[in-house]
Amino acid sequence: MINVTMTVNGREMTGEVEARTLLVQFLRDHLRLTGTHVGCDTTQCGCCIVHVDGKAMKSCTMLAVQAQGKAITTIEGLAAKDGTLHPMQQAFRDNHALQCGYCTPGMVMMGIDIARRLPDADEATIRHQLEGNICRCTGYQGIVEAIKSASAVLNGKQEGGSHA
Amino acid sequence: MGEFAMGQPVARFEDPRLLRGGGRYIDDLVLPNMAHGYVLRSPHAHAKILSIDTSAAQKLPGVLAVLTGQDWADSTFADLPTATGRKRRDGTPMYRPPFPGLVKDRVRYVGDCVAFVVAKTIAQAMEAAELIEIDYEPLPAITSTADAILPDAPRVWEETPDNIHFVHTEGDKAATDAAFAKAHHIAKQRLVLTRVTAASMETRGAVGDYDAAADRYTIYSPLQRALVFRAELMTTLRVPESKIRVVAGDIGGSFGMKSGVFNEVGIVLLASKIVGRPVKWISTRSDSFLCDAHGRDNVTDVELALDKDGKFLGMRVKTIAAVGSYTQPGSESGPVGNLGTLAGVYTTPAIDVDVTAVFTNTNPMRPYRGNGRPEAAYVVERIIDVAADEMGIDPVELRRRNLIPPEAMPYKTALSFKIDCGEFEKNMDMALVMGDYAGFEARRAAARKRGKLRGIGVSNSIERAAAPGFEGSEIRFDRTGSVTVLSGAVTQGQGHETAFKQIVCDDLGVSPNDVHYLQGDTDQVFFGEGTGGSRTAGIGGSALKMATTKIIDKAKKIASHMMKVDDVECVEGLLTSRSSNRSMTMKEIAKASLDPKNLPVGMEAGLNASAVYTAHVQNYPNGTHVCEVEIDEETGQVELVEYNVVDDVGNVINPLLLKGQIYGGVAQGVGQILMEEIRFDPESGQNLSGSFMDYAMPRAEHFPHITVKSSPVPTQTNLLGVKGAGEAGCVGAMPALANALVDAMSHLGVKHIEMPATPERVWRTMEAAKAARA
Amino acid sequence: MHNFNYHLAADVQDAVAKLSKSEDGKIISGGMTLLPTLKNRLSAPSDLIDLGNIDALRGVVVSKTEVTIKGMTCHADVAANADLQRVLPALANLAGIIGDPAVRHRGTIGGSVANADPAADYPAAVVGLDGVVETNQRRINGDDFFISLFETALEPNEVITAVHFKVPDAAHYMKFRHPASGYAVVGVMVARYGKKVRVAVTGAGPNVFRVPAMEAALEQNFAPEAIANVAVDADDLLGDMHCSAEYRAHMVGVYARRAVAAIVG
Repeated sequence: MINVTMTVNGREMTGEVEARTLLVQFLRDHLRLTGTHVGCDTTQCGCCIVHVDGKAMKSCTMLAVQAQGKAITTIEGLAAKDGTLHPMQQAFRDNHALQCGYCTPGMVMMGIDIARRLPDADEATIRHQLEGNICRCTGYQGIVEAIKSASAVLNGKQEGGSHA
Repeated sequence: MGEFAMGQPVARFEDPRLLRGGGRYIDDLVLPNMAHGYVLRSPHAHAKILSIDTSAAQKLPGVLAVLTGQDWADSTFADLPTATGRKRRDGTPMYRPPFPGLVKDRVRYVGDCVAFVVAKTIAQAMEAAELIEIDYEPLPAITSTADAILPDAPRVWEETPDNIHFVHTEGDKAATDAAFAKAHHIAKQRLVLTRVTAASMETRGAVGDYDAAADRYTIYSPLQRALVFRAELMTTLRVPESKIRVVAGDIGGSFGMKSGVFNEVGIVLLASKIVGRPVKWISTRSDSFLCDAHGRDNVTDVELALDKDGKFLGMRVKTIAAVGSYTQPGSESGPVGNLGTLAGVYTTPAIDVDVTAVFTNTNPMRPYRGNGRPEAAYVVERIIDVAADEMGIDPVELRRRNLIPPEAMPYKTALSFKIDCGEFEKNMDMALVMGDYAGFEARRAAARKRGKLRGIGVSNSIERAAAPGFEGSEIRFDRTGSVTVLSGAVTQGQGHETAFKQIVCDDLGVSPNDVHYLQGDTDQVFFGEGTGGSRTAGIGGSALKMATTKIIDKAKKIASHMMKVDDVECVEGLLTSRSSNRSMTMKEIAKASLDPKNLPVGMEAGLNASAVYTAHVQNYPNGTHVCEVEIDEETGQVELVEYNVVDDVGNVINPLLLKGQIYGGVAQGVGQILMEEIRFDPESGQNLSGSFMDYAMPRAEHFPHITVKSSPVPTQTNLLGVKGAGEAGCVGAMPALANALVDAMSHLGVKHIEMPATPERVWRTMEAAKAARA
Repeated sequence: MHNFNYHLAADVQDAVAKLSKSEDGKIISGGMTLLPTLKNRLSAPSDLIDLGNIDALRGVVVSKTEVTIKGMTCHADVAANADLQRVLPALANLAGIIGDPAVRHRGTIGGSVANADPAADYPAAVVGLDGVVETNQRRINGDDFFISLFETALEPNEVITAVHFKVPDAAHYMKFRHPASGYAVVGVMVARYGKKVRVAVTGAGPNVFRVPAMEAALEQNFAPEAIANVAVDADDLLGDMHCSAEYRAHMVGVYARRAVAAIVG
């Protein structure tokens, strides 16, 4: 067994894992942060995306030991303490960007990553950037609209209204 | 009108929880002392099991039990429930193959459940499974639906030498033959409806928990119909239903697939009973391709007879449909349950349908998004385009000549549908304007200059929603006036919580923050049928409407008694007496209802109501899809460039939810036409599409912006005037897109293209047409 | 996944030492191919030696004549490198369409090249851009590096430290994605160096390959029509249920012409 320590959603977390323990297993099974989901076993679906040192990564294709010393943000770490949703979460709600909710955490984490890297992304760009995220319910339309509108808020291009 | 009233685009109440990672899906469930199970599956499509040796696996550290088909057979459990009620062509009852949780001496598809290892961790279970030694004697397998009825096809079941499960006919053969005899033109086409899989993003899973002290079973598993599920499970567990609790939790998509009692449900319960711990089984994605029930998969020959003016005289449909290797209750409905859609929105006077359902060495089949509706719409809307092309009539004009006019309502079609209402020509005209059908040829010409072949496709569709049945609902006001709403329906993502809270908040004037929605737990929900077949808005919504009406009636009586007046009215939950100028909120009434002095003599305390709504007739959502594609002539790559939908789902409870259903349904239809397919190796019977590396899923980049507009014609078949919306998108999408593809290539002489229209298939289709012309 | 011993290497020497000491060890860089392989129990190494902490293995160095990408540089950093976008945009663009954004944040050039997946993109650049693979032991010409399916010239204890590319006058990469996996079914890199031309194809065959007949034709006349009648032999290519060998052969021709057309403008 190996000891790992990482910062998860702002808190330092320590655990004992096997070498083969995946980051997603550490988050879900050890820390009981079950918002990060597993939707496939071939690194295709993106349900498991978290931020590692601020960048979107697939936590199903990363060992927990590889996250040693890193800062992880999961879906549970986005909303404010009072429950106010992150602008990306709020935009997902406003644009009906989720149905069953299973792909949603990965979509939201990827949406924030897209907004960070490509503040001017148009609809077509956002669609291409979602090539590693599969949703079976929504037909993607609400998701694309949500990312576009939240990106404008996050990049200071638009008043965020009540949730800014 | 209140902010939650019918038609308001209310943002979903379930979203904040789901968006913060607060969903509680099956794999999130951890029970004290829980063990983990792994299913060892058959690697053969068809084989005899000569021997199984589990001794090495049993000895591995952490292993608690290794179960085989013998253990299943020796247990107190009966086999899993199977389909009933159909007959063979000679009128004899269909063969109902046994469906054990674990098979003992023969495997019948790649994925069949052979052994179940229970261990303290899933890693230990998987390692132990590798140590199980099984001696198989492979047998010839049949995976092709069309070939299953050939005389020399391998037999899936000895009891059905012809592999035929059942035969179903519908319509009027004599009248159809007569119609064809006087036809001016007959269009014919073979259409292959491919096998696809629901691939809900959450895979299946189950946690079984047997309480020996209480002799009671609890099963946690995603499903669609908790109470029906319990009744089916009862036949396997051989205990009274009251000894079983079914809990659904949050469900990460289902689309029909998760609606049955699967092997693993029985297995985890048996395992829990044996090892004395809760036992969890979760399917991996790769596993899911081997063990989930699949959808569609039929081969249909269709003929349409027309007179010289293009009037439809008759239609013949002959289908061979797969049921897979085993059956489940409801699995028989896919091939035959929704044939009514074949009549479409047209006046075709005579239709003859003949369906042969066949066993193959493949996964069992279940309903999938539309369950026969998209298949039927594809058949009728494709053959119309084939006929239009052959007769040189514009496909829209040909449809127009045959539409059922609104003044003919209610209209009895030549099949089972008696359509209560609908304005089909209006739908079509609206959609044609949205899609600028008139200006299409200019776009085609412009695309041609860019090296692209552009095509446009139209489909009109209609389907049966909310088949006769019932649904239960309950409203419980708590002591302080907050509310718990329960429904027998089970959302898998559709947004029931929002739609139901809208009804409750609008009718009773309560705040959504005060309302808790509860579903899918048979110890909590008193009555109901569940969600499927586009039934919940109409039937479940009506049940809730009945319950709010009961609450309002009671509240009025309490208010009258308390205010000592007789003119209390309830408007948006406020109980007002005009004569006394006094009013009370529902919350105040609820609190007051627990003080005897506030109640009329003989009235029960509390503000609670339950209701069961019974739907005696179905309704008929309908609509028109118009889409455009561009094909790269050199590569065969298809780009979907325009998509417009007009839907009539009657009154709209929440346009956000409705559009979400349409977008999602369109995406699944597009997926099947362009890329998705479960394929088996014809020789070995192996599933060649066993992961997302080989099974192509539609992604965001495959779609243009989709525009949806409603043209509601409210139905009288339920209390809300709503028609079903869950399946409509998928039903219309398949034929519209297929028609657009053929239109793009028709100048080359292309008459039809099979699904999925992968780049290579499109390229080959064009090359073959060019070669035939040369 | 079977368990293994995990080692975080301090530097390349340390990695090689740990690798040679292990029974059946493997280097892990980004892990984008290796981890899925382990998860599906298709491979069970005794040890994984992680290069993730070796900062010296990260970076892109761009000069007018040569581009050097250090082994542990992730695809996203290659794609986003402004100097590279200016000097050799074809390479930045190639890196920017590998996998998906999350994969590009972890996947590395060293891992991709060492793994030699026939459907990977980078091999088309290594061969098409006259590359040199640098290891802890030597420099290997790109043309000699890829041997066959998942097989390279790397010796057991050899670790890729950098890949060098010769800056062409012009180059373009075209990729046809697999409908399900998104990997390259056909990826064509066309590069022009003065009068010399390189055409490298990944995805279509069991190994990246050059198309000498196309190169010769383009050296005569650098125009799409020059290779209109140059076909590659489908017998040498891979096929699966999505894309047959014949279709891949066809697509190599189409994408080579389109790459040339993109360069010519």
